[in-house]
Amino acid sequence: MANKHVNAVIVGAGAGGGVVAKVLAEAGLSVVLLERGKWHSFDDHTDDELFNQRTTVLGNAYGPDDARYCRVVENPDGSTRTVLPSEGGYNNNAACVGSGTLSYGAMGWRFMPQDFQLKTLYGRPEGSTLDDWPITYDELDHCYERAEWEIGVAGDDEGNPFAPPRKKPRPMPAFPYNKEANILIAAGKRLGWHPFAVPMLRNSIPYGGRPKCIHMRSCCGFACPINAKCGTQNTVIPAAMATGNCEVRTDAVVSEIMLDGRGKARGVKYFDIDDRLQEQTADLVVVSASATETPRLLLNSKSKLFPNGAGNNNDWVGRNLQGHCYCGANGLMDEDIYEEAGPGACVAFSDFSHGNKGLCGGAMVANEFISLPYAFTNTRPPGSARWGLAHKEHQRKYYKRTIRVMGPVQEMPVFDSRVRVDPAVKDHWGIPVTRLSGRRHPHDVEIAKFVVGKVEALLREAGAKSIWSWVPGLGGPSGGQHQAGTCRMGNDPQTSVANRYGQVHEIDNLFIADGSLNVTNGGFNPALTIMALGYWVGEYIVKEWKGGTRFRA
Amino acid sequence: MATKAGKGASRRACLKILAAAAGGVAAGVGGAMTVGKLGRAPEGPWRVLTPEEARLVEAVSEQIIPSDRDPGAKEAGVVHYIDRQLDGPFKRFAEKYRTGLACLAKTSQAMFGKAFEELGWSDQTRVLQALESNKAPKDIWTRPSASEFFGLIRDHSMQGFYGSPRHGGNRNYASYKMLGLEYPRVIGQNRYPDKKG
Repeated sequence: MANKHVNAVIVGAGAGGGVVAKVLAEAGLSVVLLERGKWHSFDDHTDDELFNQRTTVLGNAYGPDDARYCRVVENPDGSTRTVLPSEGGYNNNAACVGSGTLSYGAMGWRFMPQDFQLKTLYGRPEGSTLDDWPITYDELDHCYERAEWEIGVAGDDEGNPFAPPRKKPRPMPAFPYNKEANILIAAGKRLGWHPFAVPMLRNSIPYGGRPKCIHMRSCCGFACPINAKCGTQNTVIPAAMATGNCEVRTDAVVSEIMLDGRGKARGVKYFDIDDRLQEQTADLVVVSASATETPRLLLNSKSKLFPNGAGNNNDWVGRNLQGHCYCGANGLMDEDIYEEAGPGACVAFSDFSHGNKGLCGGAMVANEFISLPYAFTNTRPPGSARWGLAHKEHQRKYYKRTIRVMGPVQEMPVFDSRVRVDPAVKDHWGIPVTRLSGRRHPHDVEIAKFVVGKVEALLREAGAKSIWSWVPGLGGPSGGQHQAGTCRMGNDPQTSVANRYGQVHEIDNLFIADGSLNVTNGGFNPALTIMALGYWVGEYIVKEWKGGTRFRA
Repeated sequence: MATKAGKGASRRACLKILAAAAGGVAAGVGGAMTVGKLGRAPEGPWRVLTPEEARLVEAVSEQIIPSDRDPGAKEAGVVHYIDRQLDGPFKRFAEKYRTGLACLAKTSQAMFGKAFEELGWSDQTRVLQALESNKAPKDIWTRPSASEFFGLIRDHSMQGFYGSPRHGGNRNYASYKMLGLEYPRVIGQNRYPDKKG
């Protein structure tokens, strides 16, 4: 039996797609939200530290699974290797309703106004495709505000003179600091820096009909047992469903966007839970499948008018893959600083986000989420024993005495850092898989070295005796859970995939609403920005929808 | 790459381990597992490993996380974790284990003329150091390389010792107790009333 035609089909129920579903459904459009994974809850995997979304040695707790998915990664020497979803090189984002927002650490950052205008502010480094966003922070402000209130963010800007301007405070007060944070705050102030509370998509007070946080030590990488973490799966998606206009269809693996002879999208093809090929036609299609899966889907959707994939006649789909050039340092303290109160990360400094001499951007730095005992076995000063009694002794002595401070350095987009589809390797359903290639820009490493120097200074001031740091190298494509940039928005169709509203330049009823749109990725965790973009794209679709019959075939 | 401190500590532990092993042989009466001059294989049943392989994995894991005032890998049942995962998510490593363990046995013979389990503590350590630094005989190790295999079994031992007990290792929450972490701390917590809320 054919599926009933709807106004909008949305591919991917994560940070972007979940929000678009709500905006469209509330405006009265009929919506089908397709998700390749399932609904998950804490009880599926509890606090299993070997089987979650952060430590995945026994698999990805919330998908995708190793049995049906894989990717191909190009090594720097041009050879390739096949990687499974639970392996690091896969650059995974969770495959479930809510996607990463079910199990994330839940930092709820706004980007800064400068993050939208890097090219104008700093100029374009050679070898980069750096550009300004086609939208400004001020234009996105109300979308950030909606995300903060409709999904839920705890925090305030007290103490942060670099905080981006806002019209309305966040709905929940900031979380209290832990012992480690208080040490870092004192040290930071002595250095003349400006500590403040990390904004969190997590309930510091009961909010949205859900209770307040119980401070699990295992938080980042896990679903919340009491639903105190705010993701799209427990906020906007249920709200979309409550309108009666949105159906969430899980276990739906989309293989292709159907394109007609006039260059419009007709809907999508997908495999259902029984691996049967289904068609879902719609007046418009929104793709929000992540910066590694959205371009894959576009590239796998070919027609006479789009022989190289949907919206790809200028060869920009899949280009400029970014993540974050994460760098940081560990410090060993003389006394226990560990508190049995998760998630750990709670204090940040934005002193080095911008205005760093000779550098194009920077990063906020924050203390890190609690490292669980197995993960900690790999946290050692260089040259330390990796096993044996000395290793065990370090585990015993320093598990509660190690501070880690890290920063997500924003990366310079690189044209050849990219997502393609592999010509040979296919997944369980016979769909050509994502192939990742390229390397990061050398300037990212320069910025990271600068940021790491600051982190080391902070740890030294905090009294750490032994400090060791890391800066990522140039090898291999970036991406990770913060993956972004592969269907860039822009005003010039020659150098971007979508316009300023996420509408694909060449196909006016095909939209993108995820991190793929990000021209640059900010020196912050990008989840709240992706949610804000969901509102931004959704509001535009509704406005156009109500203004006429533009999207109807 | 064990440090000087590591070697010194190993020497101390050596005597303890030998004593424990002797006790194990004496107590190993009536078991169906192989009993030879290597001593009794750890109690099965085994899913993937043979009893002999299980004994070797147990000996290697105990070197990686030795017993001292806190339990080591043997007491925490790390070999059970590894065997169980080799029948699950680690199926893809099963062949590497089979080959790697055979190569390890050969390396021990080549270096000291004895089975690994028969060696004294510090000689066992030397064999594993040779593996880790890829200095084991190259004609024995082709695929996997000695360091790759060592890295694998080292990492899996850490997982078995420090990971969640539900997967077969970390028996009696040995590592949580060692680190002074409460456990289990979550069970039932989601039903606690929120006093302020």
